[in-house]
Order: sequence, then C-alpha cells, then structure tokens
Amino acid sequence: MEALFATVTGFLAASGLYLALRGRTFPVVVGLTLLSYAVNLFLFSTGGLTTNGAAVIRDGVDYYADPLPQALVLTAIVIGFAMTAFSVILAMRVRGDLGSDQVNDQRGEESKEDKS
Amino acid sequence: MSLPLIVLLPLLGSLVPLLSNNRQRTLNAWSTALLPAIALGIVIAHAPGVISGEVYHFSMSWVPQLGLDLAFRLDGLSLLFLLLILGIGLLIILYSRYYLSPDDSMPRFYAYLMLFMTSMIGIVMADNLLLLWVFWELTSLSSFLLIGYWYQQSEARRGARMALAVTGMGGLAMLAGFLLIGHIVGTFDMQTVLDSRDLIQADPRYLPALLLVLLGAFTKSAQFPFHFWLPHAMAAPTPVSAFLHSATMVKAGVFLLARMHPALAGSQLWLYIVTLTGLVTMIYAAYFALLKYDLKGVLAFSTVSHLGMITMLFGLDSKMAVAAGLFHILNHAMFKATLFMSAGIVDHETGSRDIRKLSGLRRSMPMTAALAGLAAASMAGVPLLNGFISKEMMLTETLETGILGGLAWLIPVLATLGSVLSVAYSLRYVRNVFFGPEAQELPKTPHEAPFLMRLPMLLMVALCVAIGLLPALIVTGLLDAAAQVTILPPRPELHLAIWHGFNLPLLMSVIALAGGVGIYAVRRKLFAFQRQFPQRNALMIFEHNVRSLLQWTQKAIDRFENGSLQRYMLWLIIAVLFLTGSGLLDLTQLRGPRQLQALDGLLIAGALITILAGLGTAVLHRRRLVSLMMLSVVGLMVSLAFARFSAPDLALTQLAVEVVTVILLMLALFFLPQRTPKESSGARVVRDVLLAAGFGGIVASLNYAMLTRPLDTISGFFLENSVSGGGGHNVVNVILVDFRGFDTLGEITVLCIAAIGIYKLLNRLRLFMPSSDSEGRPWSRDLHPMLLGTVSQSLLPLALLVSVFIFLRGHNEPGGGFIAGLVTAVALILLYIARGVDWTQQRMSFQYQPIAVVGVAIAALTGLGSWAFGHNFLTSAFGHFSIPYIGEIELATAMLFDLGVYLTVVGATLMILANLGKLTTRHRPSKENEKETV
Repeated sequence: MEALFATVTGFLAASGLYLALRGRTFPVVVGLTLLSYAVNLFLFSTGGLTTNGAAVIRDGVDYYADPLPQALVLTAIVIGFAMTAFSVILAMRVRGDLGSDQVNDQRGEESKEDKS
Repeated sequence: MSLPLIVLLPLLGSLVPLLSNNRQRTLNAWSTALLPAIALGIVIAHAPGVISGEVYHFSMSWVPQLGLDLAFRLDGLSLLFLLLILGIGLLIILYSRYYLSPDDSMPRFYAYLMLFMTSMIGIVMADNLLLLWVFWELTSLSSFLLIGYWYQQSEARRGARMALAVTGMGGLAMLAGFLLIGHIVGTFDMQTVLDSRDLIQADPRYLPALLLVLLGAFTKSAQFPFHFWLPHAMAAPTPVSAFLHSATMVKAGVFLLARMHPALAGSQLWLYIVTLTGLVTMIYAAYFALLKYDLKGVLAFSTVSHLGMITMLFGLDSKMAVAAGLFHILNHAMFKATLFMSAGIVDHETGSRDIRKLSGLRRSMPMTAALAGLAAASMAGVPLLNGFISKEMMLTETLETGILGGLAWLIPVLATLGSVLSVAYSLRYVRNVFFGPEAQELPKTPHEAPFLMRLPMLLMVALCVAIGLLPALIVTGLLDAAAQVTILPPRPELHLAIWHGFNLPLLMSVIALAGGVGIYAVRRKLFAFQRQFPQRNALMIFEHNVRSLLQWTQKAIDRFENGSLQRYMLWLIIAVLFLTGSGLLDLTQLRGPRQLQALDGLLIAGALITILAGLGTAVLHRRRLVSLMMLSVVGLMVSLAFARFSAPDLALTQLAVEVVTVILLMLALFFLPQRTPKESSGARVVRDVLLAAGFGGIVASLNYAMLTRPLDTISGFFLENSVSGGGGHNVVNVILVDFRGFDTLGEITVLCIAAIGIYKLLNRLRLFMPSSDSEGRPWSRDLHPMLLGTVSQSLLPLALLVSVFIFLRGHNEPGGGFIAGLVTAVALILLYIARGVDWTQQRMSFQYQPIAVVGVAIAALTGLGSWAFGHNFLTSAFGHFSIPYIGEIELATAMLFDLGVYLTVVGATLMILANLGKLTTRHRPSKENEKETV
C-alpha cells in the first residue's frame, strides 16, 4: 500500500511539474494545482496511512489517525485554493493588459528558442 | 569618566549648527566651535598626566557577544592626534566662516565637519579593535559627505564616490584583518592585542592579517597604488581639504600603522612592505606634485608624498625612525593645513587656482604670501623651521637601516631624491604664485583676505617657527609620551635639536636644497619631457573599471534572470533534484523497517484512476477543458483518499474546495484561449518529460522511504490534551482553532489578502468574450435553465442549514469553520450560476469584502480578548451551558475564533468568484447584438 501511495504521489507530482514547465498561463495554473494535490498527499502521509482510525476522541478508543498533518493539510488546501485563484486571475489580467497568455517575458531567450 | 565626553561633545556638536539658519553665519560658527573647544579643554586637562606616562581607559559593554565594547583610551599617541584634530579643527571652523559663500549652506557644512571630527576622534581614542573599525568606516562615510559637499558639481560627486569606494573597501579589508587578529589573540581589547606581539607574529594567520590591515592603512593614507583617490578628493571645499589632508582622514592610515606598531611591526614582512611602499609613494607623488598646475593638485600630491615618507619611517627597523615619523605627522599637519588655507585664500580672492595664471600676489596679499612662504619653507625642510628637524631625523634613519642588504645605500639616496623634489615643488608653489610680475586677467581683483581668515594660518606658522627654533622645549614631552605606546622597550632617548654638527644627513639636506633649486630652474624641460606621455585621468580609469564591472555582473545576472518563467522553473527543479537526490543517495536502502500494509482491489482501482487522470491532465493539456475535467477527477480522488485514510475533515474540505476550484477555473477559461497552441519543440518536450519523470521519481522515492520508516510524532500531546485543554473532541479542529490558532489566524489573513488582491486585479479588467466555444458552436441561448434555478433556490436554505450544523458540531465532530464556510460558499455560488449575477445581486445586495475583513477581525479580537483576562494571545476558554429546549451544550471561545474563520472563507471565496462572474455580465456586446439580430 505504501508503494502504491508513493507511486500516485510521484505521478501527480510529475504531471504537475510537466504542466508547470509549459509556456502558457493556463496549463501552468493547472499544473500548480496538480502539484499542490501531490504536495498535500505527501504532507498528509507524514502522519502515516491510517486505516479505520478514529478521527474524534471517544472513550475507550485508542487507535487514532495522526491529527497534526491533517490540520496542516486542511489549511494548505484552502491556501492552495487562494493561490490557484490568484494565479489564474493574474493570468487573466495579463491577457487583458498585454494581450498574451505566454509566461515568458517576450525579450527572453527561452521564448525565442521556443519559436524557432 | 570624562573620556567619553571627548567623543560625545563633538557628536552633539554636529547637531548644534543645524539649530541656526544660514544667515546667522558668525553665530553659527561660534556656536559650532563651542563644544569641540570644551572637548579640547578636557584633552588638555588630561595632557600632564598622559605626558607623565599615564594611560587613561574607559570601558562600557556594548555588544558583548561580538566582543565589541565602547572602550576609549587616552595615551600619548591619542593625545598627539587629539591635539591636532581638535586644534586644527577649531581653526578650520573659524576659517570656513569666511571661506564659504552665502549660497553654501553653512549649517550643513558644519554638521558634516563635526560628524567627521567625531569619527576621527573615535579612531584615535578607540580601545577596542572593532570600535576602531566602526569609527574608521564613519570617517569614510562622513568624508564622502564632505568631499561631495558641492553636490551640484559632477566632479565633486564622482570624487566623493571614488574616495568612498577606495577607503571603504580598505576598511572592509581592515575589518577582516582585525577579525583574524581577534581570533589569534582571543579578544579585541586594544591593550591585550598590543601586548601579544609574539603570539600574533608566530601564528600562521599573521601574514593575511598583516596584509589586510595594511590594505586598510594604505588605502586611507593614499599610498601607492591606492593614491589615486586623494587628488580627486580636492573637489571638496578648501577648508575640508585642509582638514582632511593635514590632520585627519589620510593621517588615519599612518595612525593605524603607529597604533598597531607594537603588535605587528618588527617582522621582515612589515619592514619590506611598509618601507618600500612608503618610499615608492614618496618619490612618485613628489614628481607629480612638481608637474601639477592646480594649486590644490600640487598640495594633494605633496600630501601623498609626505605620507609616503611617514609610512617609510614607520616601516624602518630603527626605533628612532618611528619617533621621527610621529614628529613628522605633527609638522606636516601644521604646514600643510597652512598651505591649503593659503591656496583657499588665493582661490577665494582671485577666483583662480591655476599656477599658470597666478603671479606676483605678494603685492596684493603680503601677509598671506609671507605665511605661505614660511609654511612652504617648512615643507621643503629649510633650517630653523620644524620641517627641517623631522626631515633631518628621517635622513639620519635611512642611513642606518639594514634593509636590502648590499643595496642599502639605495634608501638614503632615494630619500634624498624625494627631498630634492619636495624642495622643488615647494619653491614652485611660492615663487610662481606670489612672486614675479603682477598677474593680469584674473577673474577677480586680488586683495588681502579678512584678518580672521588669516588668523588660523598665523597661529600655525607661529607654531612651525617655534618648534623649529625650540624643538626640545615644546614637543619632547608630547613625542615621548606618544613614543611610549608606539615603540617597544628599550626606547631610545629623544634628542631634538637644530644642530647636530657637520654630518652626512646635513650634507644630504644641503644637496636636497641645492638640487631642488636646480630642478626648479630647469622645470620647463621636465614639463616638456612629461608631455610625451599620454595624460591619464585616474577618475576616468576608475569609473571605466567600475562600469565594466557593472556590465559584467549585469550579463551574469541576465543569464539567470532573462524574463523566462520556464528558465526559472528549470533552475529551481534542477536545484531540487540535486539537493533531494543527493539526500536520497545517502540512504543505505530505500525501504525502511516498518511493516507494510496490505493492498486491496479498491485501493488499486483508485490509484489507477488517479494516476490516469493526472497523466491525462498533462497529456491532454492543449485541450484545456478536457484537461480541467481530468484535474477535477484527480481532486475528487484525492478527497476519497483522505476519507479512506481516516481524515474526514480533509475529505470534506477537499471536496468543497474542488467544486469551487473547478468552477473558478472554468470561469477563467471562458476568457482565455480554449486551446494551447503547439509551441514546444520535440527536444523541449523530451527535456521536460525527463525532468518531470526525475522529479516524480524523487518525490515517490522520498515518500516511500518516509512511509516505511518508524513514525515519530508529537501528536500524542494533542490527543491527550484536546478534551481537557481545548474542550473539543475533534482534535484536528482543536489544533486549528486552539493549539495552533495563531497559524490559522495567519492563514485566513493570507486568504483575505489574496481575495482583496484578486478584487483589485479584476478591477476595470476588459476582456474579449468569445461568443462560441472552441469548436465554433454558439453558446446555449438558455443561460439560466429553469430546472437548475428552482433546485438551487430550494437547496440554498438546506445548504445553509447544513453549514450551520457542520459549523456548530465542528469542535467535537468532523466539520468546523473552514468546511462550513466552503459549503456556504458553494451553495451561494450555485445560486449565482443558476440565476445569474444580476438576479442574485438584486436579492443579496451585500458586499463580500467587509465580510472577509470582519472575519479576520473577529478571529484577531478573540485572540486579543484573552489578554483582557490576563492570558496569552489566543488562549481559549470553554464551559458547559444549559439552553432551554436544546439542552446542555458546550461553548468555547474557540468557536468565536472559528466564526471568524467561517466568515473569512465565505467572504474571500465569494469575493473571488462573484467578482469574476460579474465580468461575464458587464459590457456584453455579443449578447446584445444577438438580441438585436434575433
């Protein structure tokens, strides 16, 4: 199970990173979102993978899921949403003001390489 | 206890001139002079004690962790310099009163001058190496202000910049040297360092320490090859030059040589470096002094030359040489200050400083001419003046050195050559300016300066003559006291006298005088000779070098920062791969000792779906809508994963956020191109796939390595204290609102800021709105389907009820402010989608910005509230209350905090989405056109 979980995290991270390396804004935003899923899963797993653990304190129960990574990931999810929202709106603003959705400064060498 | 006052009074004095305005010039000058005069009085009061051999100390701890103390000392060397700095400083204040024109800001000038004086006093009194360095850098900074006083002139600005760059750089080198010395000795205390000569010189770090400290001294004292800044510092007002280049600034370098002499001198290294540098500087600069046409240029190079001579004296391996050096510091300060002041008067009264234009000024300004003549004679080393005595001592010592072995005769010969040149340029200064036919075509008709402007010169020249006639009577005590702390015992007996009988040094002096006159006579041939060489301007070369350095660094920066996000990402990922990868290489094996858990079919299916959806998002990224759908599948699978691994709070949050994210991205996509054009080359795709695969591989390996290793968590604390300390059974929620409430407060603040940022970004945004989808199909006419509208409208109260339920139970069951807020937000957004922005806003006219801000405020106030009860920030309280009909419930202040979270989430989410949605309704030419055509 651990290997499978790690594989999923790795695939999500790889896909997200590939998208983050693209030259247009929208795929980059999608890539960052994907990457944040991978990061959340990773962070979550630092508490171990608990099956059927109790989430709430009950008398007589002593098998609990680690609450600390959960609390961290919970806020990370919300902040991740704020980041996604901000970057996608920034992308819209760039398109509105500059008329382009490329991520590179047009003088950059990289964009020249891309076009050639 | 009065020692710190000597530093403090001039420091306070730098504020005094700012109190009066520019028109009260005399008042300004006198009030400025008051505090340094008191300081001088304190110094003089200590003088008898110091001369009798006492050393006064004062120490106060400043930054003990660094070994930096506010420690001052007053010994013979300090006394010698303090008398020069304060004495000449006061005369400069008087002189400046008449020198500055009414257009120049006098308060600003005096404030800079006093600041500079303070830092100089700090250097000579510092009893701690680091403190000395602090004041050293202060002189660099304040001299920058003084040299650049006429900041409207580009020459002054550039000269100041160069002086700061050179001396500041030297100061940093010196700091490095001091740190090395401090490490060798174990303390920065001056006296301990001075007493640790053997320890320091036996250490292998002695060589770098010595070189670094000498770099500091040589840059400050303008020794070859760092001499070039000094002539350009002449762009300063002349009183500044008179002060900086006679008694202060450049003397700081030779002061450092004298101060560190007991600890650092005596080695072969010191002997050769210091002596030869001084000798080369002395001759090189004397030659150029002879060639300059600018009066201040002549004096600048002569200053460099005399500093070279003093440096050489400190380098020589004879003890009397050091005493001669100290004596010459005193003499040089006097005649050089006088000469600068005379140059200032000439400039002031004639409007020119060009030797070629000036002539015969002795008729119009006889007193200035006489004083300048005497000072120049002292500089040339004419008998019966103070300069002669120290020069005789210098020549004597050069004869006795053992340096250079069989070539030792070179030193006295070259020293004599330096003296010859010194006589020549002194003669040229006096004869060309004050003698000869009366000058024509001067910018102003020359006349004598006010008496009070000449008074400082008169006093100095009087001292020059007095010391020249009665050296033993006037300065022996002072020099003896200074030598005591500079020269290691056994100390030689100091014999200052005019007449030592017919000997070799006297012959050398005669040669110098005769040779100087001779060279002066044939100077025109020398000028003609020099004209063959191309003229080089040190300022131009310096600035050119600085420019090339800047260009080079700019190029280096451009290579990394070229405006391409892809390039930045590339560097970032390579760094991550390298750092994390190298950490993984250190593991003996990837799999840890922990027991693996069993797989089941559901898990495998879920993992496969997630992987495929993730890959699909990447592979199909050109078809953006499809890619987005794939992304939402991943989000839902992640949510299920949370549920599967015992994290119901996370599952709920992820589910709600997923809905909001997808709606947001779909709205955004409406305004963006629907497809990504194919741009990347094949090689680029291969590169990125490899990078991504490497990254994914490393993340997976890391995750696996971590999951298979024993878990060491601090969560036991939270589980044990959640009920008793936080009053809640849902530990995740208690962590969020109680244990780590401060983090949560920070995060909702970030959320709120992000939402406000988005609100501003959307402000007045004009975007093209497509009237059809990417396939060219027009949008559906039915913008707000009846069914959806009805369902969402009836769902709204239900959803709000659910969110209240989730909120209230959040402390004890899965739920809480974050999730409740997201559920409310989703319900409202559904209404927006179903009924449109206009319809919804007519019915819900409130703004979302205040809601988010109020949310953050409630959370913060809850935290502050605990202060009112004498507890720490965000301490929570809880209790059980009995409410009629509902029964006993538990209420905690944390719930109030959670309310803040709730409001922030609702406000921020709707601020983002509702404002984005508004864009679709404003300025809709496409829709109106359609209506018209229909």
